[in-house]
Amino acid sequence: MTAATVLWVVVLALLLPILQTRSLREPLRSGARLLAEQPRRLPAPDVLLGRLAVVLVPSAALLALAVVPVGFAGAAWLSTSADLVWFNAAEVLLWVAWWCAGWSPNSVLPLVGAYRFLAQGLSYELPLMFSLITVGVAAGSLRVSDVLLAQQGVWFVVVMPVAAAVFMCAAAAFASWGPFAGPMGRDLGGGVLAETTGPARLALSAGRALFLGVAAAMTATLFLGGPAGPVASGWWWLLLKTVLVTAVMVALARRLPVLPPDRTVDVAWVVVLPLTIVQALVVSVLVLRGVL
Amino acid sequence: MTAVQPLIDPLTMQVLLSVAAALVAVGVFGALSQQSVVMVMMGLELVVNGVLLAGGGAWAAISPTRPDGQVLVVMGLVVMAVEMAMGFAVVLAIYRARQVDMVDMATDLSG
Amino acid sequence: MNADAVAVSGVVDLVGVGALGAVAVALGVAVFVVDSMARATFALLGSFVAVAGLLWTLGLAYLGAVTVLMMTVEMAVMAVFMVAFMMNPAGLMPMTMVHAGRSAAAVATTVFVVLVVGVWVVDWSAVVAGASTATGDGMGPTGSAGAAMVEPTLQVGRAVMGSHMLVMLVVGVTLLATILAATVLATDRGRYDRFGDDLSRRRPDDPVTGGLPR
Repeated sequence: MTAATVLWVVVLALLLPILQTRSLREPLRSGARLLAEQPRRLPAPDVLLGRLAVVLVPSAALLALAVVPVGFAGAAWLSTSADLVWFNAAEVLLWVAWWCAGWSPNSVLPLVGAYRFLAQGLSYELPLMFSLITVGVAAGSLRVSDVLLAQQGVWFVVVMPVAAAVFMCAAAAFASWGPFAGPMGRDLGGGVLAETTGPARLALSAGRALFLGVAAAMTATLFLGGPAGPVASGWWWLLLKTVLVTAVMVALARRLPVLPPDRTVDVAWVVVLPLTIVQALVVSVLVLRGVL
Repeated sequence: MTAVQPLIDPLTMQVLLSVAAALVAVGVFGALSQQSVVMVMMGLELVVNGVLLAGGGAWAAISPTRPDGQVLVVMGLVVMAVEMAMGFAVVLAIYRARQVDMVDMATDLSG
Repeated sequence: MNADAVAVSGVVDLVGVGALGAVAVALGVAVFVVDSMARATFALLGSFVAVAGLLWTLGLAYLGAVTVLMMTVEMAVMAVFMVAFMMNPAGLMPMTMVHAGRSAAAVATTVFVVLVVGVWVVDWSAVVAGASTATGDGMGPTGSAGAAMVEPTLQVGRAVMGSHMLVMLVVGVTLLATILAATVLATDRGRYDRFGDDLSRRRPDDPVTGGLPR
């Protein structure tokens, strides 16, 4: 179990940078450069909250990984009766982490980025929760192993495509990446990460990439059948699905501009949220009729 | 059919309830002594935090086969959400009207 | 590792429970002691996470996770309000803003003493015995000596949609009323500010234009 987890952590942390930069050495080189870089400190930073942020981003990613079935035998570290809520709680810890990361350097641009992240967060959080609820409704349980069992007939991405799309968009949003990189955007000079340098920046960036990888693995688990499937089954099949989901996300992100939060908030509350509720309604009707 | 054993023994429950009492006491102190509206709300949150813990501990020790303790915890969570939302809305409204954020200056309804 | 129905027993677990409880209380005290408002917010969050951890050790996996989830979002939003409305958000100068501190401490101490005396004086084994001979809540098999043990998440889900549905109804309507009331109180621009004095503007006059053409 530990070996499998270590393998997954290394692969997932490197997966996004490798796919984005299309080079194997570039992520490792920039990571080594960040480790050796001298950290820059502004006057009167909030050191405690800064350290909290640096510890919290990778820890939240690892906590979220605990409910993904990464073991060689297809088991997860943790199997509670509320796995989906656990994943959601681990993701929400990122809100605290990014706010503290923006607050601690005592500088304007990171603080503006942190506030942008909270506004964006309020917008994606409810659709994300509804998509997780839809998965729970279809499986009849909040436990990931029950979700995997319920997908033996048909993958959930076929039954609830809106929920799957919303989950992937929310994954990009809470990692503040791709079209949702407003909080770390160029118009803010780097936003939340503007004043962070050195090993702290490496921890935050690597934690962010790791969490996006974990979210891709969770997408593969919740919507694409996890380790099982019609063609093959096994932990490597889940790994392959995760790589495919990440590749799709990177390809889509390359074609979309960075969406400013003041526009995405409107669309999220007025269009996406009702869509997720309708999706939940459709799945509930299907469950009640006995189709699922 | 034999009775289901409670999940924790009464001694552990008493420890948990004492912790909950401490949280309630700290929350009451905060709610009564703080001047800023936001800090008063944080005191009230601590009180409900104690209630959550007490509800969960009592559920586990006395009647884990009945859902009443868990429903109490759910109600506590909802109370916290409602209090927080309404508290912040009122703070915004009163600040916008009179640039006030201290409880001492918001005494319109006091006799 | 199956984390449901984790029973706490034995001296080691008692010490662990006590330690986690002490952390919760210490962070609660820290809320009112630290100068920095941002740190006070996250100290409160730490207290909630400790309580959620205690709920988790009692076997309440769903309630523990939901507490962490809800409280983290609430504290992140509260941090924004702290910075907006408090004088000393970063704690750069030491200050205490209390009024009637001594009488509040007296009331709090009284409350604590009364509750703790009640907790340690009551004969809980009699209460437990009395509860176990009562029938269950009507949802599971109600044998002669109590209902069967159901997984806690399933138990609370069935209760809230079944025997305790009044709770669900009241909670739903209350939350809807809260959303509407909070929005009305929080905005300072009404229909006439947005659409003109005779509500004739096609597009609303908002400072931040949204993403949709309306």
